[in-house]
Amino acid sequence: MPQNEYIEQARKRHGYRMDHFERLRKREAREGHNRSEYAQNVTGLKAKLYNKKRHTEKIEMKKTIKMHQERSNKQKDDSAVPQGAVPAYLLDREGQSRAKVLSNMVKQKRKEKAGKWDVPLPKVRGIGESEVFRVVKTGKRKIKGWKRMVTKATFVGEGFTRKPPKYERFIRPMGLRFKKAHVTHPELSATFCLPIVGVKKNPQSPLYTQLGVITKGTIIEVNVSELGLVTQNGKVVWGKYAQVTNNPENDGCINAVLLV
Amino acid sequence: MLRRKPSSAAGANADNSAATADAANKRVRVDGDADVASAIVPAAESAHVVAQFVAEDGSTTGPPLDLPLNVTPDQLRILLNSLLKAEDDTPYSFFVNEEEVTETVHSAFAKQGLSSEVALQILYVPQAVFRVRAVTRCTSSMPGHSDSVTTVAFSPDGTRLASGSGDTTVRFWDVRTQTPEHTCTGHKHWVLAIAWSPDGKHVATADKNSQIYVWDAENGKAKCGPMTGHSSWVNWISWEPVHLNPECRRFATASKDGTVKIWDILQKRCLMTFAQHTNSVTCVKWGGEGLIYTASQDRTIKVWRVADGVMCRSLTGHAHWVNVMALSTDYVLRTGAFDHTGRAPATPEEAKTRALERYNAALAGGRERLVSGSDDFTMFLWDPSESKQPITRMTGHQQVVNHLSFSPDGRYITSASFDKSVKLWDGRTGKFICTFRGHVGPVYQVAWSADSRLCVSASKDSTMKVWDMASKHLKFDLPGHADEVFAVDWSPDGESVASGSRDTMVKIWRS
Repeated sequence: MPQNEYIEQARKRHGYRMDHFERLRKREAREGHNRSEYAQNVTGLKAKLYNKKRHTEKIEMKKTIKMHQERSNKQKDDSAVPQGAVPAYLLDREGQSRAKVLSNMVKQKRKEKAGKWDVPLPKVRGIGESEVFRVVKTGKRKIKGWKRMVTKATFVGEGFTRKPPKYERFIRPMGLRFKKAHVTHPELSATFCLPIVGVKKNPQSPLYTQLGVITKGTIIEVNVSELGLVTQNGKVVWGKYAQVTNNPENDGCINAVLLV
Repeated sequence: MLRRKPSSAAGANADNSAATADAANKRVRVDGDADVASAIVPAAESAHVVAQFVAEDGSTTGPPLDLPLNVTPDQLRILLNSLLKAEDDTPYSFFVNEEEVTETVHSAFAKQGLSSEVALQILYVPQAVFRVRAVTRCTSSMPGHSDSVTTVAFSPDGTRLASGSGDTTVRFWDVRTQTPEHTCTGHKHWVLAIAWSPDGKHVATADKNSQIYVWDAENGKAKCGPMTGHSSWVNWISWEPVHLNPECRRFATASKDGTVKIWDILQKRCLMTFAQHTNSVTCVKWGGEGLIYTASQDRTIKVWRVADGVMCRSLTGHAHWVNVMALSTDYVLRTGAFDHTGRAPATPEEAKTRALERYNAALAGGRERLVSGSDDFTMFLWDPSESKQPITRMTGHQQVVNHLSFSPDGRYITSASFDKSVKLWDGRTGKFICTFRGHVGPVYQVAWSADSRLCVSASKDSTMKVWDMASKHLKFDLPGHADEVFAVDWSPDGESVASGSRDTMVKIWRS
């Protein structure tokens, strides 16, 4: 402990040591290293106390920096009014999904007529008949080969009865028949499990369309009555088209995206 | 179709005056062997029943009468009007055991399997003397707003329409010519609440930035504003009724920040703040008895005395947010001195007396009833000026109750719910009457016609539907909006319906 103010007195009399400021600078430069070494080695209660102190110091520092930068910071523009106003009774229910009225009867009809669709999957890989059908050997000696087994997912309408074996050229196995599809609404980004109404078009071939084969890119019609969509005239929409986005025969389910 | 004696021919056309005379000095046959025959309830043509007219307050009217069972409501009406010695032909609806007589007394009688040995109580309920024609078509789509229309409101006299929108403007429309009148700019955020002063001179609006403006309806200029004070958006605005203060200068606002404030448009400042709610106040109603009712998301309804700003009682019962309230006197409080004839009062004093007359007529000797709808899917009917206990709890909805409306005569309540249905309830007892199904989306709002015979509902499915109270069925479907219908209002004179939608249109519908 220094006794009396002899340092100050000496400085008053003789001025600073010639290397005082140099030493001061170096000490300050070492400070960070020293603290770091201390922080890395300190343990126990001292560590706790030290960390607490350092934490508050850092907060203080950040606050000061922020204050200094206040003018150069970019402020959020509050004057812009967001679109999509809702009444007061819906303000606290923002989290709930807000469906749009999306069905446009005229547009849909025109598209249907042209047979052209802007679809999410415009191109699909060609799938040959050899991949879709497996030849089933028939006859007592198993030498006939006119029968085919469909190896892809199919949709078979309600109340379908298989033909007698003699006339059944295409077999659609029970295990690959599907009744429902997981349909994603692109605007709501919500997915619903909806019953399939029919296969509208399989881009591979009209034969597949006829058989109800569902491959990637197939347009299916789904029953959307539970979504509660309404046309301009106030009628409930119940059938809408969707395009299959996965390979159902691999995945065991049909994922599709609704065509809006 | 009155018979003096059971033996005279059925279906004889007795004229009115004779019927009165008959009724007046009739001795009623209640015992004896003749009843043995009628107890079997034979075919309608020859059967009779002893009937007694009963008014709504339970008092009997006229002596018990011997009526043929095939008497129709029209004939009952003529008979009742002559019994009451009414000068003009007031329409009534008749109820037997709370079931309305639609065709003949016999049909109601047979449906309930009543015995003809007991005197039949026929309850009569006066109907509005005027009749509102159901709206059937859209007469004009008025573009102008550039964002969804969140609220629409007709002026008390039904000549003007004000609409608030997400594009921060408030627009006034002339209903007669269906043209825009004024555009009021000033708000900085979505306009959420709008309310006409009951003298029809001012409109108070509030936005999501919690600024409040009062506009002069005559010229569309801001009378006062922006008035600030709330720290969050305003959910509801309610004006002081005319019969309490004919000057119409005070109104109450309910805000998300949990406070209710009372403002004065002449002093242009906040007079009082009620801050006992702990969560967003969703609805405020300025009652006709000097009380303010507020509903909040903290699950309570509080009743405040305006004179000294004291909270008189807190009504508890709901298990979740209270979304909305309706008063049985809402219609008269809103229209003030204006009635269906459309005459404007000359002086404030006249307005006050006329409003008071109408208010007392609407009360009909009773007290103001309050119905509240909640997120717990139930509704409560209260007698807020007297009791903390609810009159009844009304259950049945399967989703959030979003809007409630008392019929102008206070006899019915309709409730709009997110479960896609509108339900009809008895306005006095809270008994369930029927459900109106037809919407395919959540129902947002309901509004009554001035004669209490029709009701219109607006839904998320972009349609509106008009419901008939007599047949309890859908009367008209009103498609036309391209998106959700957020707001609907039936003009107090019954001429037109206005709707505001997310597709930025304000539409006017007429018959």
